[in-house]
Amino acid sequence: MIDVNDFQSRRRILSGSATVLSAAGMLALLNTSARAAGTKAKSANIAQDVRLLNAALSLEDEGIAAYQIGAESKLLTPDVLKVAVIFQGHHKQHRDDLTAAIKRLGGAPVKAKPLPEYAKALNAASLKDQTGVLRLALKLERGATNAYLGLIPSLDQSDLYVLAARTAADESFHAAVLGHVLGDAILEKAPMFG
Amino acid sequence: MQTWPSRFVMLLQLAALHMETASAAPVPRHPPPMLQKAPPPGNPVRGADIYEAKCGACHSLDANRIGPKHRGIFGRKSGAVPGFRYSAALKKLDVVWDAQTLDRWLRNPTAMAPGTAMGYRLAVAQERADVIAYLKQQSSQR
Repeated sequence: MIDVNDFQSRRRILSGSATVLSAAGMLALLNTSARAAGTKAKSANIAQDVRLLNAALSLEDEGIAAYQIGAESKLLTPDVLKVAVIFQGHHKQHRDDLTAAIKRLGGAPVKAKPLPEYAKALNAASLKDQTGVLRLALKLERGATNAYLGLIPSLDQSDLYVLAARTAADESFHAAVLGHVLGDAILEKAPMFG
Repeated sequence: MQTWPSRFVMLLQLAALHMETASAAPVPRHPPPMLQKAPPPGNPVRGADIYEAKCGACHSLDANRIGPKHRGIFGRKSGAVPGFRYSAALKKLDVVWDAQTLDRWLRNPTAMAPGTAMGYRLAVAQERADVIAYLKQQSSQR
């Protein structure tokens, strides 16, 4: 014989379990949703980093072009030309490092423009002597140091901080050498960059 | 009348929705514009030096380079320099450049236009004001 009271009480228990399961299911859903949102945000941050690195890559491409323009200008003495070629080599290494980082993040590195486009944008036609070439190089190197330092807080991937800081250090070395060759006074106040 | 389990489920759904929308975009690290102090007065002479040292790696007044040319920026709509290839973020950003919008931009461009290619932040308020004063001065010349 069926006990009606017992049946109803079992039903209550089952119905209660169903509610508990439903809440647990929702928690699982919440977790999944939070994970999906986290993945979406991470992916947006990576895409942002790729764009920032591509801008830095464009800057390096312009730097390589600037040294090429200087080297081909016949305005540089052999000693200065030798140093300019070494500095250009550093920028090629920066380009390769940035390209590798962009690819590692799944991005596509931007391509360099043809040399005449850089020459026009940098107003290379106005360069008349070695000092002019070195002044342009100094402006770009100093700007690049600041650009990398100012970029760091915007980067999401922490391993890129080192890449940006390391590159900034190279650019500041270039700026220091160029400033010395040009006879510029040493800046009296620190910080000199950033 | 709603029972507590259905209210609980609703709360969870709301929380899930909130987490999804809140996590999708990077969280701004600065207070909203209406809570920020007015920028200090800028000095265009100082601004010229700062512009060359800190903006000059990517920008010029009269040539599109890594970033767009700047002469005439005051009063210009964002993403509107002819011949410059803007990111989708800048094409979408709908502002007119003035002292306030430029200050927001220079303080943290990726917060103002997530997805922009410009990551450089000019952190010091006085330097931003000086650069903005310089850009304003140059915008009215030539």
